[in-house]
Amino acid sequence: MLKRSLRRGALVGGVLVFIALIGAPAAFAREPVVRGVVTLSQLLLAIGALLAGSGAAPATRTRSTGAVVAAGAIAGAVCMLLLALLALLVSAVDLRQVLVNATPQLVDELTLGRGVVTGSTVLVVLGTVLGALGGWSTRLPAAISRSAVLAGAAVVVVGVLRDKGLAIAEAVALGVAVWAVAYGRSRWGSALATRYQRVQRRNSTMVSIVVWIAGLFILLGLPSILGTYGTSVLDLVGLYVLMGLGLNIVVGYAGLLDLGYVAFFTIGAYVTGLLTSPAASTQLGLSFWIAWPLAMVAAAGAGALLGIPVLRMRGDYLAIVTLGFGEIIRILVLSDTFKSVLGGAQGIIEIPGPSIGSFTMMRPQHFYYLILIGVMIVVFVSRRISDSRVGRAWMAIREDEDVAEATGVNLVKYKLLAFAMGASFSGIGGAIFASWVHSVFPNSFTLLVSINILSLVIVGGIGSIPGVVLGAFFLVGLPEVLRSFADFRMITFGALLVAMMIARPEGLWPAKSRRRELHLEVAE
Amino acid sequence: MSAAANGHPVCLSARRVTKRFGGLVAVDSVSIDIPERTVASVIGPNGAGKTTFFNCITGLYAPEDGDILFQGRSLVGYRPDSIAAMGIARTYQNIRLFSAMTALENVLVGQHAHLRSGVFGAIFRPSSTVLEEERAQQEAREMLAFVGLPGRGDLLATSIPYGGQRRLEIARALASRPKLLLLDEPTAGMNPQETDDLMHLIERLRDELALTVLLIEHDMRVVMGVSDQVSVLHYGTKISEGTPKEVQNDPRVVEAYLGTGGSHGHA
Repeated sequence: MLKRSLRRGALVGGVLVFIALIGAPAAFAREPVVRGVVTLSQLLLAIGALLAGSGAAPATRTRSTGAVVAAGAIAGAVCMLLLALLALLVSAVDLRQVLVNATPQLVDELTLGRGVVTGSTVLVVLGTVLGALGGWSTRLPAAISRSAVLAGAAVVVVGVLRDKGLAIAEAVALGVAVWAVAYGRSRWGSALATRYQRVQRRNSTMVSIVVWIAGLFILLGLPSILGTYGTSVLDLVGLYVLMGLGLNIVVGYAGLLDLGYVAFFTIGAYVTGLLTSPAASTQLGLSFWIAWPLAMVAAAGAGALLGIPVLRMRGDYLAIVTLGFGEIIRILVLSDTFKSVLGGAQGIIEIPGPSIGSFTMMRPQHFYYLILIGVMIVVFVSRRISDSRVGRAWMAIREDEDVAEATGVNLVKYKLLAFAMGASFSGIGGAIFASWVHSVFPNSFTLLVSINILSLVIVGGIGSIPGVVLGAFFLVGLPEVLRSFADFRMITFGALLVAMMIARPEGLWPAKSRRRELHLEVAE
Repeated sequence: MSAAANGHPVCLSARRVTKRFGGLVAVDSVSIDIPERTVASVIGPNGAGKTTFFNCITGLYAPEDGDILFQGRSLVGYRPDSIAAMGIARTYQNIRLFSAMTALENVLVGQHAHLRSGVFGAIFRPSSTVLEEERAQQEAREMLAFVGLPGRGDLLATSIPYGGQRRLEIARALASRPKLLLLDEPTAGMNPQETDDLMHLIERLRDELALTVLLIEHDMRVVMGVSDQVSVLHYGTKISEGTPKEVQNDPRVVEAYLGTGGSHGHA
């Protein structure tokens, strides 16, 4: 057991040393979670010690509580001892030639600003205590410890989001509230759910109307709650929801892997630019309301055109060809050949915002409502179509192309339809994007956009509409929220993404949930 | 259309159908006439070309030579979905259901060719679409009940037991309202009781739904029990044809199955 504690402590300690040497503590030190009490970097160390402690506890319940606590304490101490050694080393030898982040500031951070000797001692003592706590936590009922983790996470997230961190009272209140809710849910959650279902079944229309109206009010009120920056993040998320739902038709419903989906977004944006901007080569200066249906049609047409050469391709081959298509469109708009029409690298500027009468949409809040309407229409269309003859034909193609064809599904027609329909959603997104940022440049339409959209569909749960919405919030919203992590934004995001896919490989909100409900109904 | 043995007109007429894969002649100049409302079986040792013959009929493969007439009309050159719409449906040797879809949805895909609603109907749901959908679901449920899966519509296809999956495949095939149904080893992997039930189902397909059934089968009890006509393929060629009794007593068939000294010269 001692061996296990040492190993666990060394492992977590090693990871923390690595994180320290990439400079995270110094950066996170500027990020107070609870004002005047604890910063993010200190929390990082504390979480490490807790994890080491809980990890050191053996899985079996044969050991006494004392032994488990001792094991945790040893692991926590070892873990922090490594960091203390790092602090000593860095303060004694100047390593900055090799390790740029081995700065006095790092030492300061690791020793909690108390000088190397005292600080190191304090660090190890704290590590021992936290490790013991971590070990002890494994002996608590799962409902309590899991709720505590959730409460801690909530405090950290909200604390980071708040510019100056939470006040102590706020942190305590939030932590206790989240813990109570989480604990209550795990204890009495299923009973409540059954009761809710009973109420819902009794007057289902009333309940769903109330839920819908409440949801609508929240959606309509969001911009005034979130302010300009928050709303512009939300706008971006909304655009990605639009495109994600489009790609969901191609990949999720019809099972055609499309890696060049950004092409249709590009086409939608450029068509809008060409039709509406007085500065564009065409000098048409049409209204946005005329341009966006045309952008949609153009994107749908391009989708069908792309579909023709790839009709016979499957899987990997399809992915490669569509990938190429996405790049071709970007390179075409960038090229000198079309510079006179599309503006080359300079793109198209002075794209006006949509206007209604004398009112012109300018602020993110205005676009929020435009995007919200777009998203609602697209969600409606996606839902309706998934539950129709067309949707079933797509799913049959996804499941087994040959059998679908032998069962009477015209593969040519339905594949092209999926490509065109998916592309048209993206065309709407492109049109709104162009009028929102008032300009289009080829460099806004890189491969990364395609990858992002595909990722959000997969992370959310392939083929699932709420999944796409959640995925967009997670993949597009989260990096914006994580901006305060500065250089560590992407690494944090990547780590979260990896953790999420391990925890929920089927996606945040998988499409299968509907099927499971169906199973339950049969079982009843 | 010429009248065949049982007085019914010919449903399917394969004429010297040949399919090659490189140097291998999988189906070699096979001619088979199947009258309407009969159960015809194609038997033969493994690799005799039975499934290839099926694939030529359903349009998955294009035969190099010969012609296949369905109700007097040539099938060669048509895509599988057009052939399905003409009235030919099939099941598969290794069950190929749409696994992430429910049983009911599987059957509804089978009805695809007979439903009209498209994108417009799906989005706006005019009364015609709603009515069509209701009828389709009703018909699909009846189809499930017919094959012995009443009330199982909401189960995922893969969560139905093995024998039920074979029946579901038949229901999906029936949903396309075929005149000719091709069953590729429908009793493979079934226990004797399930096999008996399936034989009964095949007879009902012929007698109640007036279907023509073309059957690939290895279980001789099934072949001899339900077939009106049996054709024997061996190395891609038809070596015998007739009633079950006639075929059973044909020395060439016995030879093909059991093999007598130096008799591999048939191909």
